[in-house]
Amino acid sequence: MKLESKVPSGDIAQKWDKHRFEMKLVNPANKRKFRVIVVGSGLAGASASATMAELGYDVDCFCYQDSPRRAHSIAAQGGINAAKNYQNDGDSVYRLFYDTVKGGDFRSREANVYRLAQVSTNIIDQCVAQGVPFAREYGGYLANRSFGGAQVSRTFYARGQTGQQLLLGAYGALSRQIKAGKVNMHTRYEMLDLVLVDGHAKGIIARNLLTGEVTRHAADAVVLASGGYGNVFYLSTNAMGCNVTASYRAHKRGAGFANPCYTQIHPTCIPVSGDHQSKLTLMSESLRNDGRVWVPTKAGDDRLPRDIPEAERDYYLERRYPSFGNLVPRDVASRAAKHECDEGRGVGPGGRGVYLDFRDSINRLGEQAVRERYGNLFQMYERITDDNPYQTPMRIYPAVHYTMGGLWVDYNLMSNIPGLHVIGEANFSDHGANRLGASALMQGLADGYFVLPYTIGQYFASHDQGEVTTEHQAFADAENETNERVNKLLSIQGKRSVDSFHRELGKIMWEQCGMERTAEGLNKALKDIPALRAEFYENVNVTGAGDNVNMELEKAGRVADFLEFGETFARDALTREESCGGHFRAEHQTPEGEAVRNDEDFCHAAVWEYQGMNKEPIRHTENMEFENVKLATRSYK
Amino acid sequence: MAWFTNFARSTVGAKIIMAVTGLGLVGFVLAHMAGNLLIFTGTPDTINAYAQGLKDLGPLLWVARIGLIVFAVLHITSFLRLNARNSAARPQGYAQTKWQQAPVASRYMRLSGIVVFAVIVYQLLHFTAGVVTVDPDGLRLATEDALGRHHVYNMVVSGFANPIVSGAYIIAMVLLGLHINHGASSVFQTLGLKNSKYNGLIEKLGPGLSALIVIGNCSIPVAVLSGLIKGVQG
Amino acid sequence: MKLKLHVWRQKDRNSPGQMVSYDADHVSPDMSFLEMLDVVNQDLINKGDEPIHFDHDCREGICGMCSLVINGTPHGPERSTTTCQLHMRKFNDGDEIYIEPWRAKAFPVIKDLMVDRSSFDRIIQEGGYISVNTGNAPDAHAIPIGKPIADEAFEAAACIGCGACVASCKNASAMLFVSAKVAQLSMLPQGQAERKSRVQNMVNQMDEEGFGSCTNHGECEAVCPKDIKVKYIAELNKEYRNASFS
Ligand SMILES: Cc1cc2nc3c(=O)[nH]c(=O)nc-3n(C[C@H](O)[C@H](O)[C@H](O)COP(=O)(O)OP(=O)(O)OC[C@H]3O[C@@H](n4cnc5c(N)ncnc54)[C@H](O)[C@@H]3O)c2cc1C
Ligand code: HEM
Ligand code: HEM
Ligand code: SF4
Ligand code: F3S
Ligand code: FES
Repeated sequence: MKLESKVPSGDIAQKWDKHRFEMKLVNPANKRKFRVIVVGSGLAGASASATMAELGYDVDCFCYQDSPRRAHSIAAQGGINAAKNYQNDGDSVYRLFYDTVKGGDFRSREANVYRLAQVSTNIIDQCVAQGVPFAREYGGYLANRSFGGAQVSRTFYARGQTGQQLLLGAYGALSRQIKAGKVNMHTRYEMLDLVLVDGHAKGIIARNLLTGEVTRHAADAVVLASGGYGNVFYLSTNAMGCNVTASYRAHKRGAGFANPCYTQIHPTCIPVSGDHQSKLTLMSESLRNDGRVWVPTKAGDDRLPRDIPEAERDYYLERRYPSFGNLVPRDVASRAAKHECDEGRGVGPGGRGVYLDFRDSINRLGEQAVRERYGNLFQMYERITDDNPYQTPMRIYPAVHYTMGGLWVDYNLMSNIPGLHVIGEANFSDHGANRLGASALMQGLADGYFVLPYTIGQYFASHDQGEVTTEHQAFADAENETNERVNKLLSIQGKRSVDSFHRELGKIMWEQCGMERTAEGLNKALKDIPALRAEFYENVNVTGAGDNVNMELEKAGRVADFLEFGETFARDALTREESCGGHFRAEHQTPEGEAVRNDEDFCHAAVWEYQGMNKEPIRHTENMEFENVKLATRSYK
Repeated sequence: MAWFTNFARSTVGAKIIMAVTGLGLVGFVLAHMAGNLLIFTGTPDTINAYAQGLKDLGPLLWVARIGLIVFAVLHITSFLRLNARNSAARPQGYAQTKWQQAPVASRYMRLSGIVVFAVIVYQLLHFTAGVVTVDPDGLRLATEDALGRHHVYNMVVSGFANPIVSGAYIIAMVLLGLHINHGASSVFQTLGLKNSKYNGLIEKLGPGLSALIVIGNCSIPVAVLSGLIKGVQG
Repeated sequence: MKLKLHVWRQKDRNSPGQMVSYDADHVSPDMSFLEMLDVVNQDLINKGDEPIHFDHDCREGICGMCSLVINGTPHGPERSTTTCQLHMRKFNDGDEIYIEPWRAKAFPVIKDLMVDRSSFDRIIQEGGYISVNTGNAPDAHAIPIGKPIADEAFEAAACIGCGACVASCKNASAMLFVSAKVAQLSMLPQGQAERKSRVQNMVNQMDEEGFGSCTNHGECEAVCPKDIKVKYIAELNKEYRNASFS
């Protein structure tokens, strides 16, 4: 597996402009001859499909939901960053680049991050032109707010539904191209395999979720924008359908999977209320601006929060991190909450929760001001837990939220398989070991609008593969393999439901690969997961048939891939002997419990190469050089 | 004129036509009521003069009648087209249905509309064409007044003398009131005239107008039945 | 809690369906409505039967996938709440609950409680956007937009495309959904250039899809999980009138 990042030489600020000048281009007339498959209609997939169609390419876009407008980007709440410096508080492209690299705990590729910061300004212009209703000040200019881990206020937002509004903007552009006949939209389709012809990605096998038909789709290049793999933990803030199948299938065809162990735990989520729980709900991080986090000082103190006097309350974030207090970055806040609960000071059922109290800010600002800022979030919280946050403090607990890991890509966002490009949360490149709040939306739209449409031209212009049709043998083989897998799942007819396996895998992942990982725990996972996988292939019960809508069959396919991917995840966490960002190893921490990075041996991206089911994958590395942002330990004291 | 046929064929266009024609019909009902209320002036002459005045308009009366007919036809045909589309839009109903917040009046627009149509047909046969017998219980009321004018006063009195007819009218007028109650606020919604400043006023217009029409129209059959108004011997 | 469910079951698009009754015992009030259905489905699977199929994804009221009519009310008895946000504490032990799919000619049933809402996408494809190619946008501050307009545009844009308005409307009309998008775009400066063509094309497509007309009942506003108001329907009527006559 060759891992050439193809980062252009020269000063960081000129790399992208230089690269765009040096790239081979496809002249407009020829663009009509190229067809591109885009798997995914989220911020990344929809923006890429629309932009490439506008340039003249023919695009086939796939998504498993009934409409492209429902991709999981819709759920993003907080906001999107951009280096506009409209608030005139000293923000710049360089500062956004610097904050993102530092926030990523020095595990991302500087050139990619700089480019992300550079094109971030165009994103806001494009979305405003599309009619995205961003929040505005009375003078009619865009409003900003600040997010964890940044000292400037560079986040643009649309109340608590920023993801929805950005996605509806991209969905509008996509719909325009569908109407123009330049994008062929395939809804309720699930990609089940990647097809390689002479080592180039030339198509996919996808199952029509309505008819059950397994179909072949050929193209000159394939783009994966299939989102994150947070659901390997079963309980996460991701939508129920989020899966690793598209990325993992490409991985099994040879695409390198980078840093799978880097997953982000969001500190302010609603705790699990019972074993029926199907999903966790995120409460926007902006709550931490006005809420104070605390637990009772004595373990097992189950008095009502209002009965616990001030002296017996431990505002542990303010105690341990005086300067950032409740606004420490997500990984720090999540680990601190886990630490308190492990020591028995957790609150609520199962002792897995900490208080987020608004009593003081209500007294300081008045209930009306607090209602104006967080009204819909408090309403959502009350609807789920039946508690009223205006009277009693919220209970929160960390939950899996975002996956920094993903398929390896070079500076052109192409994986190590020529022709296979990966954008959005599905690739690994820009957030290193920890994503700053409000920068995933920025990355998805940057890749889709302003990077991939140029860099894919580089691939087309330099590789003329000639016409590839679905008649090619590779398609027949891939289709047969896919049909075999589907029929196998249907034929097992075991005793246990798909969800019971997914729940059990989630429990293993949460306990061994969650907020705190140990070598012993990870080794245990490396034994338990293959055992669970083996039982899955003997005892899973997939009801119904393959020639009709079948929810259980869809879930079975996704859980089968999670059962393989979980093992690679645990292996990556085991081999990375350090603590950084979302990956915390108990063996590598300071006495006060702060993460200890090992930059000498692990300042690289770990890229795994698939070797076959039940075979150990090979670990390759791409070293991360930091010429512009000096390596330093993160401190939020 | 293709743009107009497109407009009229579209759901929103057809609905706007209903609103405009609906307004026109409300105008007629108010004017017609004003004319009929002249019956309370204490002397038959005022209403007879008014009716004769209308006849004397000659062709102009026909212009008004044609206009009225066009409005009614447009209103009803648009209703029929939209009603067919609306029932086709949900071929399979629910096992359980539950009204949320639709005003009661809005739920019976079809029924009230058909009843009003019946009133118009009955009116045309009863008063204008005079098909229905004018003097059912032999009071030998005069069919013409001193000046040889058609004795509309007696026609109305004998028309409403029969309690069944008057009762039917009263029920019809209440339904017309319902129809206009929802119709009025619906017109502002359909013509897009709503904006926050005048919403308060618009909410009151529907009920106010319909109350006026119901009371105004019902006062005549009630007056006849109660003997407040008596026929004039021939 | 123990509940008696009456659920619409239908094998596929062309076969007839019927209401089937199920018992749901061990239901906890903290469960969401869909989690309750998950538990019922697990029991069905363990008995080897086909689970009740329904659309769902985000389970936090923003994607618009979940679409169940509960006791005659789309999204159930709680206002401004999607099916997936409804919690079982709204019901009492021993209740009977009717669960049906959205009913409309333009939303054919696919299987059990899943319906095909692609008609909404086709309406948006006719003009529910502003035609601007990537790259030719002016600076974001080139056109200031007053806060009242921006807030109003946001409220109209909050629609999640779930289709509850169509399911609740006695005429199966899509006016609330279409008018929300038309209102959002026509009040923004960026939306002025295509104001006429947008409303005409979208209304034409809405009619072609077989949706009913709006007779101002206001049921749609009552069940909309995002509180989209019928005032936007008045906006659309005005836009359509101006577009047709000017
Ligand atoms: C609750 C929540 C809140 C968030 N808040 C923020 C925030 O405030 N700020 C921020 O910057 N980021 C936020 N994020 C992260 C951000 O939303 C995501 O990282 C980003 O939207 C991912 O976009 P995407 O286009 O890469 O993938 P997605 O939006 O997840 O889209 C994936 C697409 O791929 C399709 N797909 C997947 N698998 C297959 C398959 N096998 N076959 C066919 N199609 C497939 C799906 O149908 C979907 O269309 C949040 C995430 C969550 C879950
Ligand atoms: C003659 C038979 C009639 C029928 C069958 C009929 C039927 C209807 C129907 C079904 C509606 C639309 C329902 C709704 O908007 O909720 C309507 C609306 C209306 N009708 Fe009638 N109607 C008739 C006569 C009249 C008359 C005589 C008047 C006036 C006095 C009138 C005034 C109105 C008005 C103002 C509206 C509101 C239009 C709108 O929805 O914006 N109608 N009619
Ligand atoms: C109870 C109240 C009413 C009374 C007393 C009344 C009386 C009359 C009379 C006397 C005439 C004949 C006038 C003439 O020949 O010159 C007439 C005609 C008519 N009425 Fe009424 N009417 C009443 C209510 C209504 C209503 C509610 C409607 C319709 C919504 C209506 C519709 C008509 C029409 C269409 C005509 C024919 C007009 C014409 O000849 O040009 N009337 N009415
Ligand atoms: S208007 Fe409301 S009910 Fe209708 S689709 Fe939009 S969110 Fe759903
Ligand atoms: S319920 Fe239907 S009639 Fe109009 S106001 Fe809503 S679309
Ligand atoms: S599942 Fe997304 S809105 Fe209910």
